Amino acid sequence: MASSMLKYATSSVVKKQVMGITGLLLCGFLLSHLIGNCLMYLGPEAFNTYAHTLVTNPLIYVAEAILATIFLTHIGLAAQLTYENNKARPQKYYVKQKTGRGATFASSTMPYTGLIILAFLILHLIQFKFGPEYVITHSGVEMRDIYKTVVDYFQSPIAVIWYIFCMIALGIHVSHGFWSAFQSIGFWHPKYTCLLKCLGKVFAVIVTVGYSALPIFCYLQGGN
Amino acid sequence: MSSDNLLTLNLKIWRQKNNKEKGEIVDYTIDGISPDASFLEMLDVLNEKLIAEGNDPVAFDHDCREGICGMCSLMINGQAHGPEAETTTCQLHMRKFQNGETIVVEPFRARAFPVLKDLMIDRTAFDDIIASGGFVNVNTGNAQDANSILVPKENAELAMDAAACIGCGACVASCKNASAMLFVSAKVSQLSLLPQGQLEAEERVKNMVSKMDELGFGNCTNEAECEASCPKGISISNIARMNRDFLSAAVKAKD
Ligand code: HEM
Ligand code: SF4
Ligand code: FES
Repeated sequence: MASSMLKYATSSVVKKQVMGITGLLLCGFLLSHLIGNCLMYLGPEAFNTYAHTLVTNPLIYVAEAILATIFLTHIGLAAQLTYENNKARPQKYYVKQKTGRGATFASSTMPYTGLIILAFLILHLIQFKFGPEYVITHSGVEMRDIYKTVVDYFQSPIAVIWYIFCMIALGIHVSHGFWSAFQSIGFWHPKYTCLLKCLGKVFAVIVTVGYSALPIFCYLQGGN
Repeated sequence: MSSDNLLTLNLKIWRQKNNKEKGEIVDYTIDGISPDASFLEMLDVLNEKLIAEGNDPVAFDHDCREGICGMCSLMINGQAHGPEAETTTCQLHMRKFQNGETIVVEPFRARAFPVLKDLMIDRTAFDDIIASGGFVNVNTGNAQDANSILVPKENAELAMDAAACIGCGACVASCKNASAMLFVSAKVSQLSLLPQGQLEAEERVKNMVSKMDELGFGNCTNEAECEASCPKGISISNIARMNRDFLSAAVKAKD
């Protein structure tokens, strides 16, 4: 029983399904994180209080553990699948041309956009979560001034450009990934698959534009 | 036909003595090719010339030459079965090429499809996948009444579409991951969509996918180059069907 479960869980099909489910969960995370970030537009108090409420809730450790597991599963499987895929054609073609009727730029660069996101993710955690700590008091409660950490960081144009570059890569990644996940899980429909492809592109634009607006907003606040 | 219609072509062809030795691209120039010739007839002309010169002809796979057997293959200028959509190499005509054009001809490449000689490959892996479950067990004996087993029209059509697969391997060849998902999903679907194939549907999908993985084909990344290169226009909706059938069979597995 256990061995057969392992056998099917490590099949190419199920690995891709786990990839798809974790990818969709990450899409959900992207959306909720974006909405939270938008509180920056309301000013330091709203944003800092939101962040403070999040990190002081003991459930945050559970949530972080789940999120980390999702990320690590997605990344681990991405590495394994990409490795196996390279191995499946040891001798490359002398000339290889795409038909123009199938693969897209986004679909053929998934491992590369994925790597950019990974690099971004590591830097992002270092710069913000584990970044400079300032303290501020809002409505009598002492809390971390994460607002200042973020605004300070984005005073460097290079930081802004790097951030936007990564958000473009992320948008490209999800523009293919979104519908691809449904196909992997086994959902295909003559009408709705088309709709999902569209929705993936809309989602990609929301993510890229939504996240890119923040560093520009911070940069425009000026130094302090 | 006036001779100024005839084509002169520069060919870059993969030559490889056998399975063991390393191959290389060799240049040939050939002239007097009729635009009405098929791609394989063009290679026939080249081979006659090579034989007349005392050289080894180029080995390539072919059989029916009418687009139904699935034996012909070839990567032509980097595309499986050449540039024409839904066309096998044997049905590709030289009028699709320009006079003086350089054409690169290589075998279909995948770890699971070793090159036997020149452009000939070993596609036994596909037979192994079929042998692992791509069939139905039926009782022999008197034929039963026609129409005694009802099949919904829509399923009959989908099954028929899937059954158009000729097992050529262009899907594997064109896929950047050398994945066999389109072929396997067509062979799973053509049976699982019909009542006769339902009985063994779960075992079939589990066994065929397991065999496919074991043989060293890559994983699907949903790019649809297979569908675009398939001479029979097999749809990747078959892959989605196989994905969900496999998942449900794996969840229910008692073995
Ligand atoms: C928030 C971040 C991310 C999101 C929202 C996301 C989303 C997705 C989605 C939805 C898919 C489609 C899965 C499928 O086709 O079934 C996917 C595929 C993929 N992801 Fe991500 N991903 C993220 C981060 C990453 C990272 C950090 C990496 C690698 C380091 C990565 C590498 C890949 C690769 C290589 C694929 C293609 C896998 C395949 O088709 O076989 N992703 N991603
Ligand atoms: S699915 Fe299409 S490309 Fe693949 S083997 Fe069948 S006919 Fe050939
Ligand atoms: S030779 Fe039979 S399909 Fe081309």
